Amino acid sequence: MTEPLVRATNLSKRFGDFTAVDSIDFAVRPGEVFGFLGPNGAGKSSTMKMIGAVSPVTSGELSVFDLDPATHGSAIRYRLGVVPQENLLDTELTVFENLFIYGRYFDLPKSVIRERIDELLAFAQLEERRHDLVDPLSGGMKRRLTIARALINQPDLMLLDEPTTGLDPQARHALWDRLYRLKQQGVTLIITTHYMDEAEQLCDRLVIMDKGQIAAEGSPRYLIDRHATREVVELRLPVGHSVDETQFDGLAKRIEVLPDRTLLYTDSADRTLLDLAERTLDIESTVVRRSTLEDVFLRLTGRSLVD
Amino acid sequence: MAAPGSALVVERNARVYRRTWRGSVISTFLNPILYLLAMGLGLGSLVDDGGGSVQLEFEYLNFLAPGLLAAATMMTATGESLYPVMSGMKWNKSYHDALATPITTRDLVLGHFGWVTLRILFTSVVFTGVMVAFGTIEIGIALLVIPPSVLGGLAFAGPVTAYGAQLENETGLSAVFRFVITPLFLFSGTFFPIEQLPDWMEPVAYVTPLWHSVETTRAVALGIDTTWAPAFHYAVMVAFLVAGAVLADRFFHRRLVV
Repeated sequence: MTEPLVRATNLSKRFGDFTAVDSIDFAVRPGEVFGFLGPNGAGKSSTMKMIGAVSPVTSGELSVFDLDPATHGSAIRYRLGVVPQENLLDTELTVFENLFIYGRYFDLPKSVIRERIDELLAFAQLEERRHDLVDPLSGGMKRRLTIARALINQPDLMLLDEPTTGLDPQARHALWDRLYRLKQQGVTLIITTHYMDEAEQLCDRLVIMDKGQIAAEGSPRYLIDRHATREVVELRLPVGHSVDETQFDGLAKRIEVLPDRTLLYTDSADRTLLDLAERTLDIESTVVRRSTLEDVFLRLTGRSLVD
Repeated sequence: MAAPGSALVVERNARVYRRTWRGSVISTFLNPILYLLAMGLGLGSLVDDGGGSVQLEFEYLNFLAPGLLAAATMMTATGESLYPVMSGMKWNKSYHDALATPITTRDLVLGHFGWVTLRILFTSVVFTGVMVAFGTIEIGIALLVIPPSVLGGLAFAGPVTAYGAQLENETGLSAVFRFVITPLFLFSGTFFPIEQLPDWMEPVAYVTPLWHSVETTRAVALGIDTTWAPAFHYAVMVAFLVAGAVLADRFFHRRLVV
């Protein structure tokens, strides 16, 4: 088996009394898309910053490209492409200048940077905005520019912190498409997200983080199989109807009653629906869907709001 | 050969400046002309007629110009070390951006001082050019006053950068000009010898970098002696620069590497 690009053992990050990352273990293999999924404050960004060799490790061990970020920060960052949560672009400068200056930080020759900018602008579909200032660009364009910029040094590993947060659906899908292409080119990607569909679409493997710890790890399919059922039957009951949980006994592996609907987690929705029909219950509508990572996620991290 | 990170930071600042130079270039040229016209020629004719130049042993315009030069590099250095530093930390976060690349906080600090040096060198060259045009100084001497005036600017860049690096909001920015730069500008020997100050104020001038900068710049411009040994004045300025730079290095690291 190939050596992992990133390996963490008992990795922790503390800010004063607050523990952002609490003794986690993971390994990222070359060529895979690895995801950190979790609610806000789960410790995803802190983990990313440690991998990115910008935030010192508090305790535990971390190696990136077999190097220690504490002593080889510059050498690690030389091979990384970082897409931070915020687009840190120079808004007073043009699209071209932003890419050029960033390339110079890697001490790339100017002729090489110019060549790569042509390719990257095509990749990011920003050719026509080449000499425009960054400020008036749309959110999606700025995001694509930030990703293009992170590719200027042809990184071996990309770190994308919530790459699609705040984008409209078209922009998200356009971005996913770009990330797919990177993966096909053999670039290893580490992504944080709190979008389940994003994690399911993009990640080969992921960990679900909650309160600084890893709650589960595996491929999206494995996590769904392991922590959820194959299918979910969603029942909508008439308004004002109080739900008696016992009336669903035996219909599903797990039952969850929410204020507006009741979820039946089952391995066979057909079976559950047949059984359900035999009981004369007052049900307004039923929806059958496949289990998603969202079900796994909510199961593991709970439904209460995290701020 | 690989360029050091600090050189790449200077290059970045120069590229950004290429877009934003207009406003600052105009004031770089215009300020010395306006000041020398108003204070040097306008006020200066009164001073000279009133016997001031006898006491100063020089025409007021010639006495004033090197003082204003020292003040100009102080202004440029201070301005360049406040807003851009705070912006890099907090507003456009260009420092955070650079730190995702092989650039280190040390590169950022050294690059910042490198860039400020170029900016005040430019200010000083333009200012001495205006002095030559006004006839207050000969070209040969003009070249010699550039080094002390640039060092004087750097003596401000050091501590001001350290201060700017740990500021949380912009009210602290204007406070520097209001409570430090403007009083120094008025009372550090720029417009009149500090011997004219009340006795208790004189020692205050001794501990401010501007007085040392004015002393050395004026001494070279007019071919006179400094109050104390020149080496001492230069040492004070170097001490301000070095102490400020060491603190700035620490503050940059503390704030950006968390």
